[in-house]
Amino acid sequence: MWKFQKEEEKPRPSAAPAKPAVPPQPVATPAPLRTAEPVRVAEPVRTAQASSIAHIGKSVFIKGQLTGSEDLYLDGEVEGSIELPGSVLTIGPNGRIRANVTAKEIIVRGKVNGNLFGVEKVELRNTAVLVGDIATKRIVMEEGAFFKGGIDIQRAEAKPETRAASSAGTNAQPSAPQAPVIQK
Amino acid sequence: MSFLKFFRGGGTHSAEAQNQAERISRRSNGLGELSRQLAREGGCSILDLGPTSAANITYFTNLGTRTYTEDILRASREPQYLTTTAEGQEVVDPDKFLAENLNFEAEQFDAVLCWDVSDYLSESLVKPVVARLHKVVKPGGLLLAFFHTKDAGADAPYHRYHIVDRDTLQLQRMPVSNDPNFKLQRVFNNRHIENLFREFGSIKFFLGRDNIREVLVVR
Repeated sequence: MWKFQKEEEKPRPSAAPAKPAVPPQPVATPAPLRTAEPVRVAEPVRTAQASSIAHIGKSVFIKGQLTGSEDLYLDGEVEGSIELPGSVLTIGPNGRIRANVTAKEIIVRGKVNGNLFGVEKVELRNTAVLVGDIATKRIVMEEGAFFKGGIDIQRAEAKPETRAASSAGTNAQPSAPQAPVIQK
Repeated sequence: MSFLKFFRGGGTHSAEAQNQAERISRRSNGLGELSRQLAREGGCSILDLGPTSAANITYFTNLGTRTYTEDILRASREPQYLTTTAEGQEVVDPDKFLAENLNFEAEQFDAVLCWDVSDYLSESLVKPVVARLHKVVKPGGLLLAFFHTKDAGADAPYHRYHIVDRDTLQLQRMPVSNDPNFKLQRVFNNRHIENLFREFGSIKFFLGRDNIREVLVVR
């Protein structure tokens, strides 16, 4: 428990520095993970109270195919492709993605250079930077988000043709109308 | 991406929040005409060249329109597109710019929304961009552009245009309006505008009360 000490009561400095009451926790800095093999995210252990979300930190770099069947918070760098068809993918503000992405829902806070296919929804937060096309049932875009590309609102769950991430043009036919779009 | 700092959230989010209260509503006869034509055709493809607007995406996707958005003014300010002329002047290289921007299939779009981007683009880009737009618009397709009149003044702020309904816009002043790279570059007169779009089929002017001329061009 901390308490104020008056000037005259302050302890004299000793030869050995006093140890803090709570030692600082070491920060794990995993080595960058570089692999060309598909990376599978382990099955979550789901309790009755909460489901787990896999987390990839900002220092992690993955090159290759990233697949899984659980929700994922991705704040690192990925080059290749990301396939999470039944799960929610959140790209954190430090996320740097150069990949086409398929997920049930995609929430973007970082940078993505690639096409997004959100089966249910794609959400661009105000810090999002997306260069690529979006195909989804519903799109939510916050003011401040930067987006360069095309939007295809669709009801079918069929995956659209993926194109090179650097290309923003397409000859795809327009989709069915009346899909809800929410603006924040 | 050096100018992203002006457009992303975080530091500019408060500026964006302030600007929410500064939106100006404006009736647009040009937009009304464009909306009517698009409604007749259905299933169209639209290219929006202004700053990203969620409202515009909402509006067009609700119409069943495939929407593309590309903020070409912001893109043109990226340093990699700059080149130095023989006179030592720094200008935007149109070849470099168009190699990476407005890369669409020929005759892809039913309509293009230029807003007032032409008034703010670098001189070296104006004609090449219009020539590229001519290629990507379908025959019979539409291009809506706004041009400031001379009464608008040299300090006319740069706005983001939000579509509210088929003939109503909201103008939102952009935080970069005070940036010299986003200053009004020129004022076109009617002859200049006609000359700019001479490769297109027809041109129709709508004069507004707020020092902006609307031009609807048909390819």
